[in-house]
Amino acid sequence: MSAAIATPHAGAPASDARIGLRGHLRHTGALIRRNLLWIRQDPESMFDAVLFPIVFCLLFVFVFGGAISGADNRQEYVNYLVPGLMAMMGMNIAQGVGTGFNQDFQTGVMDRFRSLPIGRASVLIAKIVVEIGRMLVATAILLAVGFALGLTVSDVPGLFAAVGLSMVFGFGVMWIFLTLGVVMKSAQAVQAMGFLVLMPLQFGSSIFAPTSTMPGWLQAFTDYNPLSSLADAARGLMNGGPVAHDILITVAWSAVLTAVMMPIAVRKYSTKA
Amino acid sequence: MTRIDKNPDAARDAAVTVRGLVKHYGETKALDGVDLDVREGTVLGVLGPNGAGKTTLVRCLSTLIVPDSGHATVAGYDVLRQPRQTRRVIGLTGQYASVDEKLSGFENLYLIGRLLDLSRREARARADGLLERFSLTEAAKRPVGTYSGGMRRRLDLAASMIGSPAVLFLDEPTTGLDPRTRNEVWTEVRRMVAEGATVLLTTQYMEEAEYLASELTVVDRGKVVAGGRIAELKARVGGRTLRITPADPLELRPTAAALDEFGLTGPGNATVDVGSASVLVPVLSDEQLTAVVGALTARGITLSSLTTELPSLDEVFLSLTGHKASAAQDDVPAREEVAV
Repeated sequence: MSAAIATPHAGAPASDARIGLRGHLRHTGALIRRNLLWIRQDPESMFDAVLFPIVFCLLFVFVFGGAISGADNRQEYVNYLVPGLMAMMGMNIAQGVGTGFNQDFQTGVMDRFRSLPIGRASVLIAKIVVEIGRMLVATAILLAVGFALGLTVSDVPGLFAAVGLSMVFGFGVMWIFLTLGVVMKSAQAVQAMGFLVLMPLQFGSSIFAPTSTMPGWLQAFTDYNPLSSLADAARGLMNGGPVAHDILITVAWSAVLTAVMMPIAVRKYSTKA
Repeated sequence: MTRIDKNPDAARDAAVTVRGLVKHYGETKALDGVDLDVREGTVLGVLGPNGAGKTTLVRCLSTLIVPDSGHATVAGYDVLRQPRQTRRVIGLTGQYASVDEKLSGFENLYLIGRLLDLSRREARARADGLLERFSLTEAAKRPVGTYSGGMRRRLDLAASMIGSPAVLFLDEPTTGLDPRTRNEVWTEVRRMVAEGATVLLTTQYMEEAEYLASELTVVDRGKVVAGGRIAELKARVGGRTLRITPADPLELRPTAAALDEFGLTGPGNATVDVGSASVLVPVLSDEQLTAVVGALTARGITLSSLTTELPSLDEVFLSLTGHKASAAQDDVPAREEVAV
């Protein structure tokens, strides 16, 4: 008899179906490792996190910046734009979660994971942890480009708080895209859907330009757009200004998104036929 | 051998029991009241055409989908009420290799070992052991994307064995493989069975079922249409066909006449296939086959070739259900056999 079958695995006996905290951490850790190996195997998958902040920063500062703020106020516009782009980066990465997750379902890998005795949220959480890491990379690059273009930050702890806030909001939004990634038929469909939803949210906000110049009906939308709150909160945190209200709105949105979408994502993932 | 993790309260013998399993996708009845048993340590072949419900059955038993009604146990655990326990005792190899193409063979197995709660060291040792066993050691560090089809299937089988599962589900393990690769997979499956695994295997090929399984359940449109030992079923569907090619094509008619005259297979059963210059005779047993050869020798007919052919899936279906297997394909839900 070969040892291959006879070696019993050392895990908990089947009669104990519960998975302890350590088990969950081990499973999630193993899956995070898998996602990191993917990036190592396929470095191009980091292009969005690396290139997006550079391209958007340069594009808006040099192409539109003069028109938006006046050619003499470019410096001022950098301070306005970078905190806004920080909010936008989160959205773009979050969208990538959906397409990547959808691709996993196209292969049989998800079936294998779902037929293993692991907590069903582990796969989702491992995905999100790595994506948050990608968000941090994107944000670091954005800030580096920003500083090169003359970004000034008067409140360094505030800068970290702003980064943290955009991570929290990105976390909430990722659950939407994970759900889309599970329920939609193709990665392209997820991407198209993401584009449709994100375009108006990103541009109909205070990310690129102050909302005060927009018509009243649009302001009604932009003022309730959580991306406006996130961008304004980040500006306030980095360079001073009233932030309490915007932080509250952003945190509330993040909490609601997570509370509502996380159970839906886990459920859709568990029951996908 | 001691099987790990089997529910001690479970009835002996039955490793898998399925009773009245129903799963509908809208109007399509993927499973329409399926009953079957797999005895411990045996291989049950589930034979059926595309859309018969084979994949849906495997997905229900491996806790990937929830049936609309019915009852199933695997290694003594209730699949519906104890899905987590069930997942601890099963191994699954899907129709398409469910391995991660971007990871290396080693990393694929190591990941699953960790997800099955092996320590790092154990997971590493288990991965190395299985890679060696499935002749993948040389390719262990390469991304699976560079593997051949056969290597992927072997890795897939290895992956489903990491937890030493009491019950293995193999869903059409050789569909789409070339004959050589198919033989590799068959060899491995036979080895697992020799070591005591219980296997439920779905297939579209009578040949595969005969080679691997001891018992057979024939499904069609979500229903079991026949079941039993392979030999019994073969007798019911008319067994094998003997293809006799005389050395001299002019001997065709005399050969057929001789067989009819001997009445070995029932009068008028021998048919002449002029195109291939051979005579086809259904034979039900090895004795009959020997008798046919004896009869021809007695007549002094020289043969250039003598082959037995198994009934095709279509022939099996025709005799068991009265209609062709392919007819069932019309109402397949797209996801049924495509979903992975």
